[in-house]
Amino acid sequence: MAEQVKTSTTSTVAGQPLSSVPLVKSATAQIQAVPLPRRLAGGRAWGIGAIVVIGALLPFALQNFYIFQLTLAMVYAIALIGLNMLVGYNGQVSLGHGALYAIGAYIAAILMNSYDWPYWLSVLPAGVVCLVFGYFFGLPALRLSGHYLALASLALAVTTPQVLKHKALEQWTGGFSGIVLSKPEVPFGLPINQDQWIYFFVYAIMLVLFLGAYNLLRGRIGRAMIAIRDQPIAAEAMGINSAIIKTSTFGVSAFYTGVAGALSAIVVQFVSPDSYDFFLSITLLVGIAVGGFATISGAIYGALFILLVPNFAGELSKSAPWAIYGVLLILVMYFLPTGFAGFVRMIGQRLSAMFTR
Amino acid sequence: MDALLHQIFSGIASGGIYAGLALALVMIYQSTGHINFAQGEMAMFSTYIAWELIDYGTPYWGAFFLTIVFAFAAGVAIERLVIRPFHNLPVIALIIVFIGLLVVVNSTASWIFGTTLKTFPSPFPSEPLWNNHYISNHELGSIGVVLIIVAILFVFFRYTTLGLAMRAVAENPISSRLVGIRVSWMLALGWGLAAAIGAVSGMLVAPILYLDSSMMGGVLIYSLAGAILGGLDNPWGAAVGGFIIGIMENVLGAYVIGTQLKFSVALIVIVVVLLLRPAGLFGRTVVTRV
Repeated sequence: MAEQVKTSTTSTVAGQPLSSVPLVKSATAQIQAVPLPRRLAGGRAWGIGAIVVIGALLPFALQNFYIFQLTLAMVYAIALIGLNMLVGYNGQVSLGHGALYAIGAYIAAILMNSYDWPYWLSVLPAGVVCLVFGYFFGLPALRLSGHYLALASLALAVTTPQVLKHKALEQWTGGFSGIVLSKPEVPFGLPINQDQWIYFFVYAIMLVLFLGAYNLLRGRIGRAMIAIRDQPIAAEAMGINSAIIKTSTFGVSAFYTGVAGALSAIVVQFVSPDSYDFFLSITLLVGIAVGGFATISGAIYGALFILLVPNFAGELSKSAPWAIYGVLLILVMYFLPTGFAGFVRMIGQRLSAMFTR
Repeated sequence: MDALLHQIFSGIASGGIYAGLALALVMIYQSTGHINFAQGEMAMFSTYIAWELIDYGTPYWGAFFLTIVFAFAAGVAIERLVIRPFHNLPVIALIIVFIGLLVVVNSTASWIFGTTLKTFPSPFPSEPLWNNHYISNHELGSIGVVLIIVAILFVFFRYTTLGLAMRAVAENPISSRLVGIRVSWMLALGWGLAAAIGAVSGMLVAPILYLDSSMMGGVLIYSLAGAILGGLDNPWGAAVGGFIIGIMENVLGAYVIGTQLKFSVALIVIVVVLLLRPAGLFGRTVVTRV
């Protein structure tokens, strides 16, 4: 950790010395980012490059069912990075991101179903609608903190499925029964099957969004978000416009979650009000807690976790996945406050320390 | 007019239920400054215990008081074992622990007790008083029980040394420790009392909604709205808030927004109150020095 601080103080961004970034942990803020080095070390860049290449080759090595599962994991990863921006980096707890995911999924599904938009064109509008919605939900959220924000967003999560079922919207949403969509065709006569094509479609979007998140969170705005989380008053005193940063973070976070929702509608080809209940919001929160608050790689670990654990635990009992989720959530908060990403990083640092000595 | 009266009376009746759980939330908020999202699930689990006891042949009131004792002990145990290790961590960590607790208690209940609906007896006679057709005896009785709890809490916090100590701990833990109050036990006591009150509200809800692991989900949302509306630091306020929410839910549900969108009443109340008057109708405005 000391090494990382050293590397980061040498560079400046936008004329602002980085030493002013509150990397020093306050006594109360124990769960927070393990700060990343400013520039990727050579080995890390190679590692990420290798993972990207393996990710592109995987669909040729796996059966269709596993391709589908991995595609879903990537969709979750996009939602998790969005939620983590808000909760992990900015310190605003949302129990309502399941609602945003639902809105994204329904916007995309309605555009495809009622207005005959092609699937690839419906993703962006879904994200933009969520961005606007998130921004406006972020306005009252400015006056709420901690428990109160969690409460308000909890109410949002509970209300959304009821709204989706409502009669007035039934001609678009399909009411209780939801909307069934058709599976996207492979374009340009490519020699791959539909599942592989959907995988690549989601994969490309995920890479773009992760790159965007990386640049946003590692840059000036990301540091402002962290500063507001750790020392709101000091951040304001340093000239950070806390209101704009907080509402925009809510908006961007909602955009990511909305895009993920839209992609989920394309991947699963079905939306219904009951797939987006309060427990979806909890699932997303579990994902970032297990993956690691305020980490980017944590989104991948978290997504694999929320996808795989119910599969394994479901064999034990029907209600077991949730019991295991809950217990793991508490245990992770206690033993691994930086999540799996923090754990991996710690192991990595131990190993490199061993070899450089 | 008669229909409106009906809606108002059944609103008062469900308001009594919300007031009960709102009191439990206020209890924990007053002693620790936290909102326990798992409160409803803990109440639901205690109600299952009561159901098992009655099923074994325990008389109703015996089961009632045994369950309260169980809930109190469980509340204290949860505070000591699960919540205590996190008391220095930021709010986010605690909220996530509460959510974890909610999920664990909920799934454990459906694991142990199954998912079929169970009927739960009411201790009150089934013939309505004076043959009225507005409100049943169970609903009247529930309202009475809630009012009794509020009165007991008021007396406890206002006139007993223990209640004073608990308020002191919520206000300023460090100074309380300096004057010799055992801070950690006061917090555990707060949890125990809240769990006990929650258990009572669970046992009052169960005859109306049927006993089921998801029984308290909706109740929790309305109770939170009630507690926020009345003021989270004021038992009287929370009880009144619970009743207002109950009436609003029924009247607005019947005449304005339709029964399908009832939860949005809670959402709107929570957001509007937090924005316009965060302390609630009867709460104290807290000024923080920075």
